Amino acid sequence: MKEVELNTTTINFGPQHPAAHGVLRLVVELEGEVVQRAEPHIGLLHRGTEKLIEYKTYLQAVPYFDRLDYVSPMCQEHAFALATENLLGIKVPERAKYIRVIFAEITRILNHLLNIPAYAADIGAVTPFLWCFEEREKLLEFHEAVSGARFHAAYFRPGGVHQDMPEGMEEKLFDHFKTLPKFIDDLESLLTNNRILRQRSVDIGIISKSEAIEWGCSGPVLRSAGVAWDLRRSQPYDAYDQVDFEVPVGKKGDCFDRYLVRIEEMRQSISIINQCLNKIKPGPISIEDNKITPPKRNQMKKSMEALIHHFKLFTEGYRVPAGQVYSAVEAPKGEFGVYLVSDGSSKPYRCKIRAPGFAHLQTLDHLSKGHLMADIAAILGSLDIVFGEIDR
Amino acid sequence: MIKILTKIDGINNILENNNLLEIEFEKKNIIKIFNELKDNTKLNFNQLLDITAVDYPSREFRFDLVYILQSLTKNKKIILKTFIKEKENIESITNIHKSADWYERECYDLFGIEFINHPDLRRIMTDYNFEGYPLRKDFPLTGHTEVRYDDLEKKVIYEPVKLIQEFRNFDSESPWEGMENKLFGDEKSNGEN
Repeated sequence: MKEVELNTTTINFGPQHPAAHGVLRLVVELEGEVVQRAEPHIGLLHRGTEKLIEYKTYLQAVPYFDRLDYVSPMCQEHAFALATENLLGIKVPERAKYIRVIFAEITRILNHLLNIPAYAADIGAVTPFLWCFEEREKLLEFHEAVSGARFHAAYFRPGGVHQDMPEGMEEKLFDHFKTLPKFIDDLESLLTNNRILRQRSVDIGIISKSEAIEWGCSGPVLRSAGVAWDLRRSQPYDAYDQVDFEVPVGKKGDCFDRYLVRIEEMRQSISIINQCLNKIKPGPISIEDNKITPPKRNQMKKSMEALIHHFKLFTEGYRVPAGQVYSAVEAPKGEFGVYLVSDGSSKPYRCKIRAPGFAHLQTLDHLSKGHLMADIAAILGSLDIVFGEIDR
Repeated sequence: MIKILTKIDGINNILENNNLLEIEFEKKNIIKIFNELKDNTKLNFNQLLDITAVDYPSREFRFDLVYILQSLTKNKKIILKTFIKEKENIESITNIHKSADWYERECYDLFGIEFINHPDLRRIMTDYNFEGYPLRKDFPLTGHTEVRYDDLEKKVIYEPVKLIQEFRNFDSESPWEGMENKLFGDEKSNGEN
């Protein structure tokens, strides 16, 4: 038997590395500069969210969802709210549905406005980062206006949303989203035809249609491979069946396609928001059952019954009929699902969170095989990895 | 679709609930069932979304092992469920669905369910050298150990958890409806004279 000498170098990447987008430890086996194997070690940000939720009431569990994928908080609350509403068997009012869609789309733009420049920064462009953060700040003001918080909103609650949009918000949103398309054009003028960006991303990290499905990919990663799959379209929730939008798909499934899909998704989001703003009508923003949503503040000062309801809601919470449900939303990163098991008490018996990034990161070894070490940073950036949701 | 599903061996119980199919199956048939679900062109459940478990410590079959599958062509999701005992193991489905790899590792890590023929069954979420299975109901919320930086040893060390205040789990469960039994002298409150 012939002896073969292996000439590989093993290096440790992370857990603290600016291109790791958080705390990712990668053990990379290199032959020269070519990656043979990349093994992610995750769990460095594991906080036991699922365990904690088992000890909290349904309402107290909402803020944990903001802290999973901290770049797109509201979309995750959305999944939990839908799951709980499903078990409770309640339907939220029209206005709440539209508000949810508007803010889910704002969150999507926020997410892509971070991912795109972070990806660009990983492969050498710094300016988009500065530009996009200014835009993000403007959008976060809308988050703040409705929920009081820029990130940890706890705004989508089972039964509707926490409070109505402040007066004049519709016009402000409308005005703002008139200017945003121009910004996206400007952003594209910096990136799309940039030679360095293209050299670093075209044909890097290709994933084929069947592989993307096989590996459990969803969202922009799956669409970049050419699969026109979007939960907002195929399994519409809330007001998504009332709006018209296009699902952008890529051709090759490389890093550049993923970037293009995200750019186009932002444009579609703007169009969805505008349609919602045209259709939204005044009305209640949460179901008017005080067994599930708290009574108004001024009622509480006058009515004993309202006071009792308030007290019971924020101590015991509401009881959810026993059962199991899986609800998923199209979060900016892909299919974010909540598998909720209730035993009939006021606390979830089990709450499993299906994070899109978990499935995407799993493909890293496959995607980076045969590429150069430097391409790992590009692939990671294009997969849109956030450790809050992967480690949970 | 339900008709085709009932014909598959080992599938026991099919329940349709809010556009979601819930199916119970026998653990010994797992490979056959998942192959059939994936390859049958009328079903085509080609994407494995998640694997998870639910712990019921008082039951003989302690864990519900839950698989969530999606068919992109048929636009349908199903939840498959099987029951397993504490020290039982189950066949891995990594050969059928590649994405099962990490999901099974996570399940092993957090619940201690072993998957036979898994290529690399290691812990994934918890710390290196972690002991115990955190998502089991008998694992305390606070865990068993805590870490701190030790200035003398110049490294991070593990110690048993010491809480300054005992962990309090408030049991505020009481029915909304209030008391059932009538209070003496309270007859008038119900409008009865």
